[in-house]
Formats: sequence, C-alpha cells, structure tokens
Amino acid sequence: MTDAVQSKSISSVSKKKSKLEKMLTNKSLWRGVVALIGAIIFWEVCSQSKVWFGVEIPWIGKVPPPTEVIAAWQKILHYTGYWESWYLSTGRVFAGFTIAMIIGIPFGLLLAVNRYFRDVFFPPFEILRPIPPLAWVPASIIFWPTTEMSIAFVTFLGAFFTIVINVLGGARSIDVQYLRAAQSMGANQWDLFWKVILPGTLPSIWTGAAVGMGITWEVVLASEMISGGGQQGGGGLGFFIWSSYMGGTVAQVIVGMISIGIAGYLSSSFIRYLGVITMPWRRLF
Amino acid sequence: MADQNTSRGAISIRNVTKIYDPDGVNVMAVDDCSLEIPAGEVCMIVGPSGCGKTTLLNAIAGFHSITEGEIYLDGQLLCGPSKPKAEQGADRMVVFQHGALFPWKTLGENVAYGPIVQGVMSKAEAHEKAEHMLAEAGIGDVAHKYPGEVSSGMARRSEIVRALINDPKVLLLDEPYRAMDALTKSIMHESLLEVYDKTKVTIFFITHDLEEAIFLGDKVVVMTTRPATLKKTVDVKIPRPRDYQTLTTEEFRVLVEETKEAVHEEAKKAFDAGERELA
Repeated sequence: MTDAVQSKSISSVSKKKSKLEKMLTNKSLWRGVVALIGAIIFWEVCSQSKVWFGVEIPWIGKVPPPTEVIAAWQKILHYTGYWESWYLSTGRVFAGFTIAMIIGIPFGLLLAVNRYFRDVFFPPFEILRPIPPLAWVPASIIFWPTTEMSIAFVTFLGAFFTIVINVLGGARSIDVQYLRAAQSMGANQWDLFWKVILPGTLPSIWTGAAVGMGITWEVVLASEMISGGGQQGGGGLGFFIWSSYMGGTVAQVIVGMISIGIAGYLSSSFIRYLGVITMPWRRLF
Repeated sequence: MADQNTSRGAISIRNVTKIYDPDGVNVMAVDDCSLEIPAGEVCMIVGPSGCGKTTLLNAIAGFHSITEGEIYLDGQLLCGPSKPKAEQGADRMVVFQHGALFPWKTLGENVAYGPIVQGVMSKAEAHEKAEHMLAEAGIGDVAHKYPGEVSSGMARRSEIVRALINDPKVLLLDEPYRAMDALTKSIMHESLLEVYDKTKVTIFFITHDLEEAIFLGDKVVVMTTRPATLKKTVDVKIPRPRDYQTLTTEEFRVLVEETKEAVHEEAKKAFDAGERELA
C-alpha cells in the first residue's frame, strides 16, 4: 500500500516537468545537436581549406561549403519548381508504398497461414525477389503506358518484396503457445487470424514498412533520374538533382541530397508514429 | 468463479503410448502409461527433464496425438485409437511454462478473451467479469496494464485467472513457476491453493520442484526417464487448507525425502543417458 502511494507521488512529481522542459534537458538531444553542428563546421573548414589555408583537402575540398549550400537553398526556396519536386517525389513514394502495404500485408499473411497458397506463390515470389527494383525500369517503361506509371510500379516493387518477406517471417514466428492458448479458449480460424496472427505480426509489419519506406525513396529517386522531366510525368527530387548536376550547380545538387535526407527522415518518423499508435503494448519498450 | 463441484474433471489415462517420428527415427516418449486422476484432485507430475511429462499434458490438451491407448475425461473419450488427437476445448485450460498471455492485450482483455470468442458473454459482460476476477485474485489494479508492464508473478496469476474464467473441468499447468524466485513462488503457491480451495478444479501440474509438489498436491506421480511410465505414486494426506506451517512438519519432510529418492534415481539414469528434452 505504502509502495503504491510512494510510486504515485513519484510519478506525479515527474509529471510536473513539461514536455518542452524534458526535451531541453534531454542529454541525447544535445549530443545530437552538438554532433550535427560539429559536422557542419568540419565540412565548412574542409571545403574552404584552399581559400583559408591554401591547401585543398582531397574529395571534400571539391564539395561546396555549407554556407554556399545554404545560400543556394535560400535562393530556390521561392521557386515553385523545387517544391513541386518535393510534392512529386513524396506523392510517388507514398503511392508506391501504400499500394505495396495494401497488397503486401495480406499476401504475406496468406503465405504464412495457407500451405497451398505458399506452395503455389512462394517459389515465383522468391525468384522475383532478388531482382533489384531498378532492373525493372526498362521492362516497366515498355510495360506501362506512362512514365508516371512506370515510376509508380518500380517504387511499388521496392517496398513490396521487403514488406511481404517481413510479414511472412513475422507471422511464421508467432509463438505456437499463443495459438494453442487461443484455440483452447475457443477461438475459431477467423478469431485466430484477427486476434492473434495479425497483432502478433504487427511488429514485423512495421519493421518491413520502415525498411520498405527507405527502399522506395532510393528507388523513386533513381527512377526519376532515369526518366527525366518529359511531358508524361518525370520531375521530382531525383530529376532536380540530375538537372542541377547537368547545369553545373553543385551546391544545388547538395540541396537536393539534403532535401531527400529530410524527406526520408520525415517519412520514417511517420512510420514510427504509426507503429506507436497501432502497437500501444510496445510503448513500454 | 466456478461453483464448488467435485463431480467433474476426472481424467483417466489408460495404457497411453506416444512415439514421435521425426524423420523416420522413432522416439518413444511415453510407454504404456496409466494414471487415474479423480475429479477435484491435485495431481503433481514429477520426473527427469525430457521424460515425457509435457507430452502427456499435450495429449490431454489436444495439442498432440497419442500412438496407443486412451484418455478419458469424465468417462468421455478424449483421444484413443479412433481419434488419436483430442479436440482442444475450454474444459481443459493450459497454463504454459513460459506464459502465453497475449502481449498485445491488457491483462483484463486477456482474461475476457475466452468468453468473448466462445460467444457466451457480451464484450461488456466479459470485461466486467474479468475485472472482477482479477480483483478477487488481488491484481484488479493492474487489469488495464499490458503483460510486459507487470511482474512475472502478476502475469502468471492473470494467466490462471484467464483459464478459470472459462470454468474449466481441468487445469493443466506445465511448470508455471519454474523461473520464479523462491519468494514469488511462495506467494504463487498460496494464491493457487486459494483458487483450488474455492473451485476444487482438477489440477494436472508438472513440476521439478519436489517441495512444491508435496505442498500443493493430493498425489505426486514420479515418472521414469524416457520413455515415461509411472515409477511411484506418493499420496499426500496432509489436510487442507494448507499454509506455510505445513512446510515445517515432519510429515512433509518425510514425504519430500520419499519422493526425492525415487526422482533422484531416475534423474541419474536420464543424466547418464544424456537425454535431451522433448517437446
């Protein structure tokens, strides 16, 4: 009883700290900030070394310094073309990714729970899986009528295989005792699927989603570079980088690269957020 | 909770043999084993690791088939030559060695699961009953917590409540307190004895802990090393309700010694043979 009272009073004390206060006193956050600032200073010094010290540092000396990159960024922040690139790439990533989730999750679960389905579909799946998504680019250009659809298809493939293999692995590794316990308590196949197999697979689904999301960004950027900015689709951050490179504005290339980094980070945060809200029992870990 | 009812839950194991056949290599886990457990009895099963205790439990629960013999529950055939694998059912609830509470459900939701999937209660009724039963077991205030948030003792107690809400005829416990420290174990024993005194449910309890076996059981069955068969049955006539004073009595000590001797012999045989645990 006294323990309970004590723990209550401890938790009420810790609740008094506001979220902002907690964030500002978080050592991990500050370590991250210091590391980031340190890296930027290092980059600036190395890039400017020829101007400042008369010695060019190999590789990094050829990269424009952060000040130049920020200036280039400031310039293009007003261009609708830049934001349109963001919009196009993000749209493609989420379209491909969402379709991959919608098809991949049930497909992976079916492979896991139905032996006949597995016998029929797993071998062709395993033959197609090792083919890198970018190897599909020429075929998909031939196969799909528009560039946009070709990019969407290749993006979809990037996430699909990863999601399926994670869902399959996750569902197959559910502890048999959960299934036995549920069956003993009277669960039928339907209950077993919705109340045991699906929640038991959720951690693997979100792992697959996080990895799949990373791959879709890689794939979408590469396919945008290949597709160019034609009439039927094209554009996007990948094309933005490529055209900046062709135009010789290296600072803008780096702006594009950092933009992708930020976009990827935001997408992963979104996936993590979905994981947290759909798996409340994992919040304690 | 179930009414006191000693007329149900009698298990009759008759000449049961189980041969595992992994990759064509026959491994006999249980050999011609017969055991009568009257309704409302606490039957403790002890024996060396891998001797086939769990195989017997799995056969009663309907997780595995048997090769020969029959198992009856209240005179009804569970499994036998005509159907080697018993159907799983809520009349025989299992509490597993490593715990099988669904991590994605709160303790309350875990307990309410059985009546909901069986369709015998509405969701609201089941949750209300679950909370009531958890409160009765002294863990009502953690009903809304997930299994990962509570101690192993609380989780195991909830698992027994989850079994009891289904009003089973038999509780099948497979070393449920194996990984617990002595202190937690003693609390778990008290709480199980309390449950038993209230429900008089038949209990089939596998353990390696001889003191636990004598303290909880009406009968301790010592199994031989694999293939399992009955080596010795020790009747425990210590009156109920029992408490921790029981552990210090001469009667208790003598019974532990008697059982220890039988188990030690088998454990040595198993050790010499280098037995590996079977599922």
